[in-house]
Amino acid sequence: MFRNQYDTDVTTWSPAGRLFQVEYAMEAVKQGSAAIGLRSKTHVVLACVNKANSELSSHQKKIFKVDDHIGVAIAGLTADGRVLSRYMRSECINYNYTYESPLPVGRLVVQLADKAQVCTQRSWKRPYGVGLLVAGLDESGAHLYYNCPSGNYFEYQAFAIGSRSQAAKTYLERKFNNFTASSREDLIKDALIAARESLQGEKLTSSVCTIAVVGVGEPFHIL
Amino acid sequence: MTKQHANWSPYDNNGGSCVAIAGSDYCVIAADTRMSTGYNILTRDYSKISHLAEKCVMASSGFQADVKALQKVLSARHLTYQHQHNKQMSCPAMAQLLSNTLYYKRFFPYYSFNVLGGLDSEGKGCVFTYDAVGSYERVGYSSQGSGSTLIMPFLDNQLKSPSPLLLPAQDAVTPLSETEAVDLVKTVFASATERDIYTGDKVEIVILNASGIHRDFMDLRKD
Repeated sequence: MFRNQYDTDVTTWSPAGRLFQVEYAMEAVKQGSAAIGLRSKTHVVLACVNKANSELSSHQKKIFKVDDHIGVAIAGLTADGRVLSRYMRSECINYNYTYESPLPVGRLVVQLADKAQVCTQRSWKRPYGVGLLVAGLDESGAHLYYNCPSGNYFEYQAFAIGSRSQAAKTYLERKFNNFTASSREDLIKDALIAARESLQGEKLTSSVCTIAVVGVGEPFHIL
Repeated sequence: MTKQHANWSPYDNNGGSCVAIAGSDYCVIAADTRMSTGYNILTRDYSKISHLAEKCVMASSGFQADVKALQKVLSARHLTYQHQHNKQMSCPAMAQLLSNTLYYKRFFPYYSFNVLGGLDSEGKGCVFTYDAVGSYERVGYSSQGSGSTLIMPFLDNQLKSPSPLLLPAQDAVTPLSETEAVDLVKTVFASATERDIYTGDKVEIVILNASGIHRDFMDLRKD
């Protein structure tokens, strides 16, 4: 990972056409503790592995309610995640104020992605060091998106980010075909199993893992 | 040359009356449902009451467009508060927020005459009364709007609130029971309807107590 000739600031390209600062920001996401999301036709479930600095400290808050119909799980620099959550909440409130209807999830993730992109093209800024799994419900159904520090976003049936997320992803890749028709309880169970995969041996307890659900007729809330 | 006066006013008065009475463990907030302009009725079925927070209800008479805008602003601010504090706003907190919001537009006021009613943190009823630019006071009962000149003296006579200047401070809440207070409100509106042309059609009565919120309607004279 020794390529420090072109990685000093985000506005410098490498000869191979890469922005190293952006890639380093994505590394920060990979170092954060795992966050997992799964979607069915009517529900979206988010699960997080909560790291604690020591036995004495509280566990990090990684799942945020953005609005009744949208929630987000983060991995990476949680401070950046908190700031972006505040932005998302503000956008939802303003949209609702103007249009008296909930902000469609697809619109929110685009705004978030555009905000992230700005930080990849300003010499006095740095990219956000946080990946966001945005779970939401709108008129077009249930959605799960992943927003990168690069400004890219993708929609997923199921996804996992953060450290040891590959184990969770492998489990999800095996099972995802059934998710669309899953019941709420089965979806939560699959989320917990995926979280347990990424813990690899450690005990899965309620202090280590947090689950949140949003669904038809069920506003976003942490279980 | 004499000073030119405006040939258009940004304000209109849609009439109506509002009342609120605080009890030892309840609060009654009521407003008629007539919306008028000049000598015409726009509708007989318009709610002037807004449920701002779990234990806080506002009734506003005056220019309903400004009232609606004010309700939306407070609603949005309450959402932000909930995101930041993880709890609902208390009635005294909302009272201060309403005052600040009104004064914010000191030089182009919300033409809205408000009474805020709810339960304070001890579960006792509280009523706050406002002018159009945010001057407010906690009282045991109040009325605002076109019928307030007819209603207020009657409430003064029946509820005999102690002077707020007394030392030691005496409780402003009425010793009346909840049903007695609701009956008083019904009487008061029936009387105001007789002589105030802008008050009538129906009265919407909201009761806030420990078991939650209850809404009732009573028919009034429609002439």
